[in-house]
Parts: sequence; structure tokens; C-alpha cells
Amino acid sequence: MSIDINTGERTATVAARALTKRYGARIALDRISFALYSGEVVAIIGPNGAGKTTLLSILAGALEPTEGEVARAGDKRFGWVPQEPALYSKLSVAENLRLFARLERLADPEQAVARMLGQTGLEDRAHEEVGRLSGGNQQRVNIALGLLSEPPALLLDEPSASLDPRQRERLWEFISALAGHGTTVVFSTHNVAEAERYATRVLVLGDGELLFTGTPAELERAVSEPDAAAGAVRDQLVGDLETAFVRFLHERGH
Amino acid sequence: MRWLFVKDLQILKRSPLLVGLLIVYPIVIALMIGFALSSPPGKPKVALLNEVPTGHGQLSFGNQKINVAKYASQLYQSIDAINVNSRAEAISKVQSGQAAAALIIPADIVSQINSLVTQGAGNPTVDLILNTKDPLERQFADQAISSRVAQVEQAVSKQVLRVAVTDLQETLNGGTLKFLGQTVPLLGLKNSRAIVQGTIASLPKNSPLLPALRQVVNFATLAIDGLGFATPVLSSIGSPLTVNTINLAGKTTPTDSYAASIAVIVSLMFVGVLLAAALLALERSEHTYSRLVRGLISPSGLLSEKIALSASAAAAVTLVMSALVSLFVHLEWARFPLWVVTLALGGLAFAALGVAIGGVAREVSVAALLAFLISLPVAFVALVPGDAVSGTLRTVLDAVAFVFPFKAALQAVSNAFSGAAPGIGWPLVHLAVLTLVFGALARLAMRRFA
Repeated sequence: MSIDINTGERTATVAARALTKRYGARIALDRISFALYSGEVVAIIGPNGAGKTTLLSILAGALEPTEGEVARAGDKRFGWVPQEPALYSKLSVAENLRLFARLERLADPEQAVARMLGQTGLEDRAHEEVGRLSGGNQQRVNIALGLLSEPPALLLDEPSASLDPRQRERLWEFISALAGHGTTVVFSTHNVAEAERYATRVLVLGDGELLFTGTPAELERAVSEPDAAAGAVRDQLVGDLETAFVRFLHERGH
Repeated sequence: MRWLFVKDLQILKRSPLLVGLLIVYPIVIALMIGFALSSPPGKPKVALLNEVPTGHGQLSFGNQKINVAKYASQLYQSIDAINVNSRAEAISKVQSGQAAAALIIPADIVSQINSLVTQGAGNPTVDLILNTKDPLERQFADQAISSRVAQVEQAVSKQVLRVAVTDLQETLNGGTLKFLGQTVPLLGLKNSRAIVQGTIASLPKNSPLLPALRQVVNFATLAIDGLGFATPVLSSIGSPLTVNTINLAGKTTPTDSYAASIAVIVSLMFVGVLLAAALLALERSEHTYSRLVRGLISPSGLLSEKIALSASAAAAVTLVMSALVSLFVHLEWARFPLWVVTLALGGLAFAALGVAIGGVAREVSVAALLAFLISLPVAFVALVPGDAVSGTLRTVLDAVAFVFPFKAALQAVSNAFSGAAPGIGWPLVHLAVLTLVFGALARLAMRRFA
């Protein structure tokens, strides 16, 4: 049975229904449903082992769900930027881009290579072996590969983990620009401050369950009052998403 | 798949150390195996049936005698003899693998040699029964026995020559000859000439000195007989004994081409298994596997590409190697199409084994180590001679050899190189089935570990 990605006035870029993933007896994802829309920047946050990478891998098509389904607008493949740069270190930047452009069966692979080199500012490193590049530049190539086919959604698994602050800043500028052009951006992160700053929506996962979906501000407000005189406590949490997030997980037994 | 193929070739081109190792290492291993195979053989187990009655093992030529028992004891030093009591028992020992060969010395061997030497008639023959299942064992046994038989032949020849020389000297100088139990005086050619010359010089024409002339006539008769006797004697000097070789398992592989087959298959195995395992593990260690299989190429397509590339490389390397080996060892170039088919199918089976190994490894170094750890014992198990072990252990080794490609590839290549038994059809089918089985195992491994 297929799912309808037209939800009310807006058409979702991707809609997931009752996604479940089991590894033997262990449940990595438990009946997760949500929809993502054009131009959204969505952060998936949660403690280690919550199922963030599993969820992104299923959305990317790299992993099959045990149950449930994913519907994609136009059935186009999404851009996929795994946590570790998925590149051939013995090939040059241009050769990596060219290979995947050909595998994606793009109409003009050379034009796509030139476009991505320009977008990522790697023209002058085009003929360098990827293995000789810095971690930051490798991540740029990694992202460029995810964007080669101009996908409607870009999925990034902890994209800023190996970057220094300056590289991180450039990454988020780049991602914000993509979203500005209508690309749906979904990223997982342990850095809650990053989610607070750049995400328009957060999905909170805990032990494979979707615990919360809403804006960062809504997550801060969702933390319950600990006692009758807790109004002040809640006021303290507003503006501190990380503390609110930890408290939120704690209250739900995670 | 074409672009992945090109990509892998680019990566290999930029990894000269890896490529160098993949080519040099198998060649070094092949040379070591060749050296080991060419080292002197040990004592082969030989079933020995000596039908010559005790006390009848002596050959006599004039005053000279040869004791065959002396040479039999030397034969015992060269082989690990298993004494048997009948021809059937000897054949049974060879068929069961308890003996690499059987030597049967018939009861009339001594009289046959005597007859050949003294009358020029007779065919002294020993039967050598060889198990051709294992060419190396066959050669060891054949060499050990043949060298001893050659010693007997040399001894007989030497004694016959002495007899002939003595006869010739007596013919020239005179003496006595024991013939048919009687002592016959020999005048000798020199004395005869002197008598005839003296008679001619001293007697008038028509003088009837009949006794002297009779002596000349008798000598001439004996000399003619002697020379007539010497002819078959001398003709028997070269090879008085005939060794009748009987093969129990059909046409055998010449040992040198068998050694070449082993060297080629070891190389095929290392290049095929290592390359396939490393190329697949590389996709995991570079984290590109999940990027590729999310719609760009199916996991089966990816495995097929690795198998095809590795098999092609292994077949190409070993074809060149075979051509070089053929400069030193006789390989049948007329069967070249079979070389190609065999090395291609063998390469596919080894590459499929390689991707099954690469499927469980996340790193190239782990994949390479696993490939070595699995390949080497598989090769050695397949090379254990049939009669080296018996019982349950042999069954286990046969089973292990059956489920890996080495033995089937070796049989196929031996046949392709020299037309040796047991034929090429079944080993090729076996290799094709193993390719599918290991390909399926690799697919399962990728599903489990990716």
C-alpha cells in the first residue's frame, strides 16, 4: 500500500509511515512516521544508538526498512552524505565526481563535475588525489557527491563532526543557501546548539522511537514543569535547547 | 558496471606496490613449489613380488657369475618394500594407495636372461605397476625402480662383455672351451695361420697331410660357430631386461607439466582471491559501498564486477606465466583454447571465493590476511598425496579439497596442458558450480555484514 505525500496544502518532499527496522531481536527504529517539506532544514537529534543513522540510511535508500514505507516526491533519489566521507582516496576530486555522475546516469557528467567543483570551491584541487586532501575538503567532496544529481532532498549524517569552526561555518552557509533554493535538508547531529541555530525543525529519537517533532523553540517549551513552582525553571530552559533536550529525554526515561 | 571496472583499474594503476606484490608474490611461491617438487624423492612404498625360487637367483656366463640377490638388496635400499605373495595382492596394494607401485619379478627371469645371452632368444621382463592417480608419487616410484633395473642391466652387460672378450682372445690365441659338457681344445687363429703357412711352405703339391688340414677345418668351424654365438650376445648387451610398465588409472600427467600446473594454479589462486577480496573490502573501508548500492548498482552487480575484474587479471597473469613456463616445460600449445577456458573458469571460481572473503572483512588488510589464511591450507590440502593419509582424515581432506576450487582447477589445468586424466569436463563444471556457490555466499555476507 502506498502513502500519500500530499498532506493538506503542502506536498511533502518525503513522507515516512510506520518505519520499523529490526536487527535480530534489537529494534533500531519503531514505527516512525513523519513528513518533510521543501526548503526545510530538519535536525535529527538523540542519544547514541537512538537510530539516527539508521533512519537517514533508510531515507537515503541505502537500507531497507523491516516494515513501513517511504514515499519520495517524483521518486527521485535523495542526496546522501554519510558520516565518513564515502570517496575513493586514490582518485582525484574530479575523477570521483565524474565516476558518480556517470553512475547516476546524468545527461552531461562533465557539466555536473564542473558545476559541483564551482559550488564547493574545489576547482583548484580538482586533480588532487582525495586521500591527500584535508578532512574539511574531503567533506566538501563528500557533500558535492550528494548534490551531483540536484536532488530534492539532501541527507547528511553528522556533517560537521570532523570540521573546524571555520569549515563548519562555511558548511552551514552552503546548506542554508541550498534550503533557500528549495532543497529539503535533513541532518543528524550530536551538537544540539547547531540544531538550534540552523534547523527549522527537529526530530528527537530515543531508542528507535520518535519522541518529538517540532521547532527547537517548541522542544524547549515541551519540557514539563518539575513542580508547582517550576515556572521559573521552565523560564531558565528557554534559550538553552541542550539543557531542555537532556531534560526532555530524562523525563521520558531515555 | 563499466565505469566501476574502469575505476578499479585506475585504483590498481595507482597502487604499484599492491600490483607488484600480486604479480611477484605468486611467482615466488610458484618457484618455491617448483623447487620443492624438483628435490630428490624419498623412498616410495613399493609392493614387491619376487617369484624367483630361493637359490635360483644366479646367472652364469662362462666362468663369470652374477648374483641377482645382490641387486635385489640394493633395490630394497631405494624403496620402502612391501613384500606380497601374489600378483593380485600387489595390484590391490597399488589400487588401495598402500603402495605407489608394484614390482613383479617372474620366476623364469634368470633362465630368460641366460637364454637371451647364450642363445639370443628370450625376453626377460619384469612388470612395473604404477598408480597414475598422483603423478609425483608415480615419478618417485618409477625413478627409484628404473635406476635399480638399470644397475642389473649394466651388471649383466658387463659380464657378457667379459665373456665375449675372453672368447675373442681364445679365438685369436688358442686355449680350451667348455661346451656342452666337453672340453674342446682351441688352436687359435694365430697358430692355425702358422700351421697352414708351414704346411704350404714345406709340402709339395698334392701331399696328403690330412691331419693338419683337418685341424684347420675344425678350427674354422668352431670360429664360425663362435662368431655366430657372439652376435646375439652383443645385441643383448644394451638392454637385456624389459620393464613392462602398467598404469592403473589411465593416461597420466607428465611430472614436469604437473609441477607447472601447480605453479600456475597457485598464482591463479593468489591473484584471483586476493584481488577480489581486497577490491570488495576497499569499497567497505572507503565507505563507498552504501553509496553505490543505494540505486546506482545492485549488490549482485557490484560483486559480479569484482569477480569479473579479478578473474580477468588472474587469467591474464597466469596465461602469460604459462606461455613463459612452456619455454622450459612441454605444454601442449595445440590445446591453447582449453588453457584459456580453464584459467578463465578457475579465475572466476577463485575470485568468487575472494569476494566471499571480502564480504566479511571491513578493511583491505583484514581481507588480505583472511585470503592468505584460507588459501594456503586449501592449496596444501589439495596437494596432499592420496596415499599419505588414510581413513577418516583422508575423507576429511577430500571433502575440504572438494568444496574449494584448487583441486578442480588443478585437474582442469593439468588436462588442458597435457591431456591428462581425469578429463576436463567434470572439473570445469565443478568450477562453475563453485563460482555460483561462493558468489551466493558473498551476497549473503554482504547482507549480513554491510
